[in-house]
Amino acid sequence: MLQLSSNNGVADAPLGSLVDLQKGDAAVLERIEMSPEDSRRLMELGFLPGTRVIAGCCAPGGDPRVFQVDGSEIALRRDTARKLKIRRERNM
Amino acid sequence: MSQCGDCHECSPGGVATLSPPAALKAVALVGPPNSGKTTLFNRLTGMRQKVANFPGVTVEQHSGIAELEDGRVVNIIDLPGIYSLAPRSEDEQVAYDVLHGRRSGAEKPGAILLVLDSTNLGRHLMLAAPILALGVPTLIILNMADELASRKGKVDAKALSDQLGAPVALINARGGHGIHQVFDFLAGAMPAPQPKLLPILQDVPKCREWAGAVGSRAAYRAPIAPKWTRRLDRLFLHPVAGPIVFLLVVVGVIRTIFMASAPITEAAQRGFEISGKWLASVLPDGLLQSLLVEGIWRGVGSVLVFLPQVLFLFLFIGILEDSGYLARAALIADRTMAKVGLQGKSFIPLLSAYGCAVPAIMATRTIENKRDRIATILIAPFMTCSARLPVYALLIAAFIPNRPLLGGLLTEQVAALLGLYVLGFLAAVGTAKLLKSSVLKSAQAPFLLEMPSYRWPTLQSLGLRLLDRAVVFLRRAGTVILLVTVILWVMAHLPYTDGKPPAIGDSVAGTLGRTIEPIIKPLGFNWKIGIGLISSLAARETIVSTLGAIYGMDPESQAFDLQRALRTDLTVGGAFALLIFFAFAMQCISTIAVVRRETGGWKWPILQFTYMGVLAYIGAFIANHWIG
Repeated sequence: MLQLSSNNGVADAPLGSLVDLQKGDAAVLERIEMSPEDSRRLMELGFLPGTRVIAGCCAPGGDPRVFQVDGSEIALRRDTARKLKIRRERNM
Repeated sequence: MSQCGDCHECSPGGVATLSPPAALKAVALVGPPNSGKTTLFNRLTGMRQKVANFPGVTVEQHSGIAELEDGRVVNIIDLPGIYSLAPRSEDEQVAYDVLHGRRSGAEKPGAILLVLDSTNLGRHLMLAAPILALGVPTLIILNMADELASRKGKVDAKALSDQLGAPVALINARGGHGIHQVFDFLAGAMPAPQPKLLPILQDVPKCREWAGAVGSRAAYRAPIAPKWTRRLDRLFLHPVAGPIVFLLVVVGVIRTIFMASAPITEAAQRGFEISGKWLASVLPDGLLQSLLVEGIWRGVGSVLVFLPQVLFLFLFIGILEDSGYLARAALIADRTMAKVGLQGKSFIPLLSAYGCAVPAIMATRTIENKRDRIATILIAPFMTCSARLPVYALLIAAFIPNRPLLGGLLTEQVAALLGLYVLGFLAAVGTAKLLKSSVLKSAQAPFLLEMPSYRWPTLQSLGLRLLDRAVVFLRRAGTVILLVTVILWVMAHLPYTDGKPPAIGDSVAGTLGRTIEPIIKPLGFNWKIGIGLISSLAARETIVSTLGAIYGMDPESQAFDLQRALRTDLTVGGAFALLIFFAFAMQCISTIAVVRRETGGWKWPILQFTYMGVLAYIGAFIANHWIG
């Protein structure tokens, strides 16, 4: 189910961003560090704080990468992915 | 059945007296990008708007008439996709304005068909909140029911309808399943929606929470991950295999366009030759015969024979678009785009510029950043459009030997065509770099691209596209190209001296060609090519018809086919120069007009025309001296 508050997770790993995820890794989105306008667009596409994001395939060279979020697959460039801060689901 | 008590839009005795009992009602198709609005629109109205399997294909509102069983008609408005009612880009603004009755020329819709992708209902239901809050009668359409079922998802339409206080229809617009529910809604009473509870619209997390709650009360089970899409992505986005597949697709497409259509084109050329001779034999000698046979038949005919190339191109574009592969191609090519400072959203318009620059320039409306949008508009005409194909095919067949290359994977002719496509792309990318590092510098917008699931292109959709393109091609041949050819014929027959038309070199057309000859001589072009270049300002492929007509009227080359006649007039260097000139120059009135409209003034189109012209001149000059 969707969680909207972001602080009820288990033992939080240090904050990283979507860029740190390798293919198949999952994480919970913590916050979006972008202008309200851009954040809103990302949220409408499913990138809501508290949502589980799974990293998928990427273009050659690792950029952009496809992320599975809220039932869709959405490609983000590295520059954008860096601004989406995450909590690791579990330490790897 | 004409009960419309709830709908104030259709006061009886209104508007036109000829209309059926209930007046024409406007109904808007609303939904997130790539949810299938246009597919449904085409099904309801029997029209053929362009659809493709990626977001952002519709950038303007389109209207069409849906006829109900009882003979009444409804005006259906297809709108660009929106995620919410907070518009950011120009295409979203169009949707917003139409829904609020603020778009001039578009009637405020009396009802809404909200099209949602049932395989992604959790997120798509978010849009239901602001739409239902408008208070306009709404039918909620859950599209792609077939895919939902095949991926083992489900939803209780009745329960969802109870939650939202509006009718819900589970349909498959592509196959037509369930479409009768839409017609029933259009024919019925259309009460205003009575949703149980709506969230605070400005708060996206609250909206998503609401959508999730409504979905779960309607027993929505999200479908399992699309297995085939994942599998195919593992191949198409593989670090090594992905780019190889990409290259093979590009080479394969170009190769087939050239090689598969060549025999058809040759047969058609022969057909025009034989029928031209027959026409000449049945018509009395004189001006009419000359106009029809040497002017129109040879001129327009020499363009028409390239219809197969253009259709093959659009067949491949159609397959790639409808299947969803183009979104992956966009991903693979994105690094190049990022390097030159273009944002990811520029890619889709640029891809469609391979068909024609005009819709491509309109598609830039999805780009929110003004500077990025102008940069994309300025480089779009460099992409090799379908109007260049006849010119390329003609010159390549006439001047480049058909020897195998790379162990038969290619021929020199295919390589040349491929090279021209690459050249256009490089010019676009280089120009983008130039613009983005100077006058059109801007901050990077976030790059977001939804990856659609792969789908089989339907024969119906591909067939309709080809039919449309064939009609467009033939219409151009029958209007612009025919007109230019007739004008050319007239100019080639004036001025009359002693009751006789002049030799073509001394005619008005010839004088015009000779006037610009000094300018184009360094490129390896003579006055005949010059006339062709002038006429190609109307539309690129017109040069083919013009040259066809000139050689047809000139007694020296009358007996030759177009290829052979060209070889007497151009050196190999000149031919390469001409190819490169066409790769770079902006010879298209429609493109100039659409750039003026979309940028709101003459500044950008003039700059663009000059820049591309200068580049074409320099490129052709180098080619002529280097190869010649």
